[in-house]
Amino acid sequence: MSANFYFGIEVFLNGMMAGVLYSLVALGFVLIFKASGIFNYAQGVMALFAALTLVGFQNGQIPFSHLINAIFGTNIHHFGWHMPAILAIIFTLMVMILFAYLVEKYILKHLVNQEPIILFMATIGLAYFMEGFGDLMWGADIKKLDVGIPQGGNIWLEEHTAFLGGDDFYGFYLDNLDMLATIFAGLLVVSLVLFSQYTKTGRALRAVADDHQAALSVGISLRAIWVIVWSIAGFVALVAGIMWGSKSGVQFSLSLIALKALPVLMLGGFTSIPGAIVGGLIIGVGEKMFEFLIGVPFLGGATENWFAYMLALLFLVFRPQGLFGEKIIERV
Amino acid sequence: MLYREAGDFKTSYAKDQQTFPIAFDRWGYFITIAFAVLVVPFILNDYWSNAVILPFLIYAIAAIGLNILIGYCGQVSLGSGGFMAVGAYAAYKLMTAFPELNIIFVILLSGGITALVGMLFGLPSLRIKGFYLAVATLAAQFFLVWLFNKVPWFYNYSASGQISAPERSLFGFVVTGANAHPATSYLFCLGFVFVMAWAARNMTRGANGRKWMAIRDMDIAAEIIGVDPLKAKLTAFGVSSFYIGIAGALLFAVYLGAAEVGEAFGIEKSFLILFMVIIGGLGSIFGSFAGAAFMVLMPVLLKNIMVGQMSWPTDLASHFQFVIVGGLIVIFLIVEPHGLAQLWRLAKEKLRLWPFPH
Repeated sequence: MSANFYFGIEVFLNGMMAGVLYSLVALGFVLIFKASGIFNYAQGVMALFAALTLVGFQNGQIPFSHLINAIFGTNIHHFGWHMPAILAIIFTLMVMILFAYLVEKYILKHLVNQEPIILFMATIGLAYFMEGFGDLMWGADIKKLDVGIPQGGNIWLEEHTAFLGGDDFYGFYLDNLDMLATIFAGLLVVSLVLFSQYTKTGRALRAVADDHQAALSVGISLRAIWVIVWSIAGFVALVAGIMWGSKSGVQFSLSLIALKALPVLMLGGFTSIPGAIVGGLIIGVGEKMFEFLIGVPFLGGATENWFAYMLALLFLVFRPQGLFGEKIIERV
Repeated sequence: MLYREAGDFKTSYAKDQQTFPIAFDRWGYFITIAFAVLVVPFILNDYWSNAVILPFLIYAIAAIGLNILIGYCGQVSLGSGGFMAVGAYAAYKLMTAFPELNIIFVILLSGGITALVGMLFGLPSLRIKGFYLAVATLAAQFFLVWLFNKVPWFYNYSASGQISAPERSLFGFVVTGANAHPATSYLFCLGFVFVMAWAARNMTRGANGRKWMAIRDMDIAAEIIGVDPLKAKLTAFGVSSFYIGIAGALLFAVYLGAAEVGEAFGIEKSFLILFMVIIGGLGSIFGSFAGAAFMVLMPVLLKNIMVGQMSWPTDLASHFQFVIVGGLIVIFLIVEPHGLAQLWRLAKEKLRLWPFPH
């Protein structure tokens, strides 16, 4: 076996890990789309906002300090404390729940019964708003997020797989963070499935996803459900924000992971939670392998930007509702 | 008693079907055109031309194009930035490969090339619908930008990867390049805007437009009454991309002068044009103009107020701008989901009954 072959396997494994991270973001999309038929473009910015808030709490930053300084000519930046990670996460979660409540109260409530494209546009507007708001609140500089997740490659794995190849093979290099993310994503999916199958709220969620009017008529409060769903999506965004933020720092580009998650959604189907996971894995592995086998040698690299979309497009031509999406039934 | 149909007798079918059935509207239209052609070129200065008027005119073309696709044919597209890039690069290649070619033909041909590319990327729309299609058009956006970035042939192997417009003139007046006078660039763009808006308005009233609207309202029903979805959707993609391509070519050749694909035609551009269409009003040519004016003017205004008047740091002002733009979009959608065009329509209805509304 040549080293190139093992390197291929390593690329494959890394692709899977990257796919899991995409799935994490896609999961938030699916939750909201199922429950309210809204295609929430702001999901990526929510992840960014959650990560910003988390870092802000941890470092004891004063919210809006730049703005206050600009208006009143003061020079304040920090409260001067360092919050433990777990406490900061809980506070951030509370902020995300508050955010969900505000979104429902000030936006969604007023847009009931509008066309999907209008709702989609509203979430793009929301994304712009949050992007500016997050920067205003916590500043736009690149921040380091550290909640105690081990960084770097896994030495144990590298040492114990080195025997597989020849002298030029040093074992598989996998990021600790990626592996942890995989575990978290797995836990998240299992708990979401359990939650929606075995709790009363979960059943209500599924009822709303199935048919808004029927759900309303048996006494399920749509508005409460929307707050819950957006809160869960906020939680998923927080997890995604922590994972991506620890990996590459908290900065504007974090919100662009939404664009990475879109082909995952298309591939897996907008309405399927397992679809988001499987779609994420296919896209992650697909784009890394394509870049490794064809992109870098023949096309000059950087194919990752569009390959996922093309792949999803190809799948869609044969299955217009995605791999796991509900079959589209059209009536005249 | 100005704004009335009463007393304006229609004596032929042509008159009965004219675009502006009310005399006041007609006069308003002629006066606007006369003002735009006869007065504006003489009072135009560099700042206004570059900051407001030129982007407004060019984006209006792009917005009309996207409005044909989304507002009239109901196919949501997020690939307009990519298609503008096709127009720009086509114009660049044509200008450098055929220096003798008249600039008008260059721009029209770039529109034609974009139309072909648009139809190619419109093919999946026959299978894929709704949001799946919207996301699928992002494939066009990312792929095209990557293509123009990676294949040196498109930017003539220039070291910086940029394209820059050579100088071309029309009837002895310099139109593109650094030496163009603001008034000539303005009139050049205005000519395109006028012809294309007129064409779009009449196209959407005719057989094609009705087919598009039938597809938008319910494609299966449209198919049953004899509208060919393949033809209708592909013509919509083609016409729309033609407009967007021309806007891209103008943006690059007349307005920017030099462009780098990721920066000038990135996904933000797609969203910007989408905002214009939605805020202006889906399915309305006037709305495309209104939306373009709104989205061009507002950031200029905000910047002037916050940086100019209140002397905030620019980065803070730009964050604030995001907040305000995002907030305004949401508020707009809540207050009037059908956009500025609907407000205009309501105002006109009120005006017809004024001052005796009962």
